[in-house]
Amino acid sequence: MQVTSAIREPLVTGGKTMHDITEDICKRVEEKPSMSWLIAFGFSVVLFIIGCLSLASTWWYGIGVWGLNKTVGWAWDITNFVWWVGIGHAGTLISAVLLLFRQKWRTSINRAAEAMTIFAVLCAGSFILMHMGRTWLAHWALPLPNTYGSLWVNFHSPLVWDVFAISTYLTVSTVFWYVGLIPDLATIRDRAKLTLEQNPLLATDTPAERAEKKKNRRPIAAFAYGILAFGWEGGSKVWARYEYVALILAGLSTPLVLSVHTIVSMDFATSVIPGWHTTIFPPYFVAGAIFSGFAMVLTLMLVTRVVYKLEDYITMEHIDLMNKIVMLTGSIVGVAYITEFFIAWYSGVEAESYAFLNRMFGPYWWSYWAMMTCNVISPQLFWFKSIRRNLIWSFVLSVVVNIGMWFERFVIIVTSLHRDYIPSSWTYFRPTIYDVGDYIFSFGLFFVCFFLFAKYLPVINMAEVKTVLNSSDEQAKKLAEEKLKH
Amino acid sequence: MATHTSDTKKYLVGIYDHEETVVNAVKKVQNDGVKIDEVYSPHPIHHIDVYIGHPRTKIPIAAFMFGATGTLLAITMITFMMKIDWPMIIGGKNALYPPTMVPVSFEATVLIAALGMVATFLLSNTMGPGKTEFMFDRRTTDDKYALVVDLDKNTKNVEEIQAILEKHGASEAPKVVER
Repeated sequence: MQVTSAIREPLVTGGKTMHDITEDICKRVEEKPSMSWLIAFGFSVVLFIIGCLSLASTWWYGIGVWGLNKTVGWAWDITNFVWWVGIGHAGTLISAVLLLFRQKWRTSINRAAEAMTIFAVLCAGSFILMHMGRTWLAHWALPLPNTYGSLWVNFHSPLVWDVFAISTYLTVSTVFWYVGLIPDLATIRDRAKLTLEQNPLLATDTPAERAEKKKNRRPIAAFAYGILAFGWEGGSKVWARYEYVALILAGLSTPLVLSVHTIVSMDFATSVIPGWHTTIFPPYFVAGAIFSGFAMVLTLMLVTRVVYKLEDYITMEHIDLMNKIVMLTGSIVGVAYITEFFIAWYSGVEAESYAFLNRMFGPYWWSYWAMMTCNVISPQLFWFKSIRRNLIWSFVLSVVVNIGMWFERFVIIVTSLHRDYIPSSWTYFRPTIYDVGDYIFSFGLFFVCFFLFAKYLPVINMAEVKTVLNSSDEQAKKLAEEKLKH
Repeated sequence: MATHTSDTKKYLVGIYDHEETVVNAVKKVQNDGVKIDEVYSPHPIHHIDVYIGHPRTKIPIAAFMFGATGTLLAITMITFMMKIDWPMIIGGKNALYPPTMVPVSFEATVLIAALGMVATFLLSNTMGPGKTEFMFDRRTTDDKYALVVDLDKNTKNVEEIQAILEKHGASEAPKVVER
């Protein structure tokens, strides 16, 4: 039996029944695409096409079209990779970590957050493939038998750990997302198949009757969702196994989140250059990933809940809780910045101290101060409840945080590379139109995937919301409050 | 209408509207001497499988074994590649250094455990792409709960079981379904 808290706000408002949940979410899948969806999707496709043109040039001419040089060997490519991977971590945190902590409020946002994770990791992976230059030799990063000896990969290198980490993260996230989708796909399947059963085409039908029935039938949905639902029937034995699978996947995904971004941080931490070679990177990167990931979930959910009229499912309480997590992780990131700076001075290592002074006052000072403003100051505004519960502020600050986190990766990578130990190697990096174009490609890819998901799949996990409905709707709260009074 | 042949079985399906009602019904119907085959619901109901008498799933054990396999595979692979087949001195360090095996072994553990467990889940439920479902009532993926009784496994007759299901909260007259 689920416990109803008398002091927490209800997670589902509007007096919803289980059938209401089904209707509200399934109708978005079943209805024809709206004008707003078509415009948004069309815009994403345009971004994607522009990006593909840029990508085609990058592959044809080589990564010399980027602004990289011998000193600054990584810039926008790896900044974008780390940015997208970081964004992906919130989805896994919401699905996995909040499940382990029995946080019922995750149920209305976890499906969209997991989808965001998968698409973000795809975007991240695209940068890895791009930055190899000879993408057709990407299989050389895998320990496959070959005709060169076999020449194996270097398992001591975090770049190789990354190959395993990112591939595992993408696979496990997709599997977790899809297993969770199955019961809801069965719901959509059954609604479609009911339209066929309730409107059978008979030989005795008049043309008018036949036309009317055909309007109500959804044979394509019945067929497509029938395949995707994997034959789900919803018996108690299957549900029991499903719950174990979800719990174990959550238990596996939680250390996976921590390990993946730790390994990404090791790409920098295991090097020798000032500003990179620091043990703070693993927790710093993980906290930063959750920070930017939650901000992106907020950006997406604030728009989705308005467009799809899901305010009764993604309530102000959900937004408040997500903003609190943004504030917490933003504070951790702020503390990490101060620690880094302090240690750079306290260590007495001249090169390290110079690296930080260069970040603050050197040629890239504008990126450093953008990072500090966006990442340190803005999440502190969420101490104020009026701001946490304001939709406009939440949206603006979530975008600001993501901009700040992009600058954080840019500052770490470019400012440390452009001036390291030997002054005669010092250079200045400037992005070219292809750096920008390939970044636009990733936005196009992400939003094309996300809008297709939002249209053709249920954005909220109906089965999980139904599970918490009895204990977390307004009626249950009223009863619990009355019990508390007596 | 399907005729009863030796390949088809007859079931009695009781429909319930609320989780508490169906959970109480499961306990009381069994006390009244009726053996329940299955309960279908739009969401998981904690412990109802225990009340019905289904055996505990062995999926966690499968997950553990797949995970252990992943760990062993990764350690074996790395040891073979870095120590046995082509050992190299990289950066002046040992060819094989156990701490550096940890990230890849961990990832392989998680990957094989996750994929293996999900494959086990799908196989044990005979689920897969394009598998055709049999639904006693398609509303059980929306907002209804179906309590299904296998008439062949019960000594009571249909009318008696119908009366028991209705007595314990069935919202509609229980219907006979052939499968």
